[in-house]
Amino acid sequence: MSADPHSLVAPYALHALDGEEEHSFEQHLATCERCREELAGLREAAADLAYAAAGPAPPPELKQRILEQARGERKNVASLPARRRSWTIPLGAAAAVAASVAVGLGIWSATRPSQSPLAQVLSQPGAKLVPLGSSGAVAVAPNGEAVLAVDLPPAPAGKTYEAWVTRGGTAQRAGLFAGRNGRSVVRVTRRAPSGSVIAITLERAGGVDKSTQKPLAATKVVA
Amino acid sequence: MTAMLTTSPPPATSRDLAHMSDEALLSLVASSDEQALAELYDRYGRVAYGLALRILRDEALAQDAVQEAFLTIWRSADRFLAERAKASTWILTLVHRRTVDLVRREDRRRSEPLEAAPEPAAPTTTEDEAVVGYERRLVQEALLQLTPEQREALELGYYGGLTQSELAEQLGQPLGTIKSRMFTGLSRLRDLLAQAGLEQSLG
Repeated sequence: MSADPHSLVAPYALHALDGEEEHSFEQHLATCERCREELAGLREAAADLAYAAAGPAPPPELKQRILEQARGERKNVASLPARRRSWTIPLGAAAAVAASVAVGLGIWSATRPSQSPLAQVLSQPGAKLVPLGSSGAVAVAPNGEAVLAVDLPPAPAGKTYEAWVTRGGTAQRAGLFAGRNGRSVVRVTRRAPSGSVIAITLERAGGVDKSTQKPLAATKVVA
Repeated sequence: MTAMLTTSPPPATSRDLAHMSDEALLSLVASSDEQALAELYDRYGRVAYGLALRILRDEALAQDAVQEAFLTIWRSADRFLAERAKASTWILTLVHRRTVDLVRREDRRRSEPLEAAPEPAAPTTTEDEAVVGYERRLVQEALLQLTPEQREALELGYYGGLTQSELAEQLGQPLGTIKSRMFTGLSRLRDLLAQAGLEQSLG
């Protein structure tokens, strides 16, 4: 993998990265406005390459198969609440990319409805997905709403994970969670405005008011 | 168009659908409107199949790729974020992604350079096909204005399904050279297509 992640924008737009390279580049994307800008233009050019692939028309039955399968799936989802329609909200660049990063990180499955707390935060204009050490990431909206998406195993017996928001040197409790095998999506119960630090510690069950533990992960929120 | 996107759309007849933007159609697809999906397929199914067939070189697999891509559109149209991408870019990126996934899984990647001359397009019969034919010519002409090295990198990457590392190995070039050819090639293509007015005609 190259030392300069910027150079991967074009291979990424062409889907010419292997799985591992793609994953690390998506993490870079979440924090690099320059790459996001560039990607938007290059991806459009890459998609236009599709037009140059001349060929025969698909068989008519392909359309029927697609429509039939779509119809079958609609029956299955009919009972779900109406899905939010993202395009009615003007989305900032960061949100758009954060959303694609979220997909890249496997945070959204292909079928999960998009009202998860994570999606709610990421769909806000100017929202960002900030890497949180090696544990995962935290999505932060400009108003300070934040949601953790972290891979932390179940906390040992008698213990809990505790989230913290530090502002002006004071760490404030921001929610407890148990951890699990796989990804935990956890709403941070306190606003985390620009300049604050979001951290996670392991504490005794029930949590503590003041932590003396070294954070397992921490990141600074930058607007 | 803004009003069309932000208000709850009334049930549309297929004649209405034909005059809608791709973005408006995607909004209908997100609310499980099957006719809107059919209309999007009418607009992009042929391009999608042509692309999938060129990459996979197998009709059954190409159909699978297109089917998977359109069902992903059906399931996740509500994730389409209009701010940063045109609907056509989103759709074709998805088709390419699914196709590349499939070609890598099936290990059917092209290892020889592609023939320079594109296959002739089948005669067009509908207005949609005529538009696609026009766009195809613009992209093909733009490709011919790249350096042979840039064109090779884009073609083997985009139509060949090769990763940058595989490409570097195959062409016996340093990885940095491949990345830079992809970047300069794609950037130039973007500028040429913008000049040629493709973006306007598609937007």
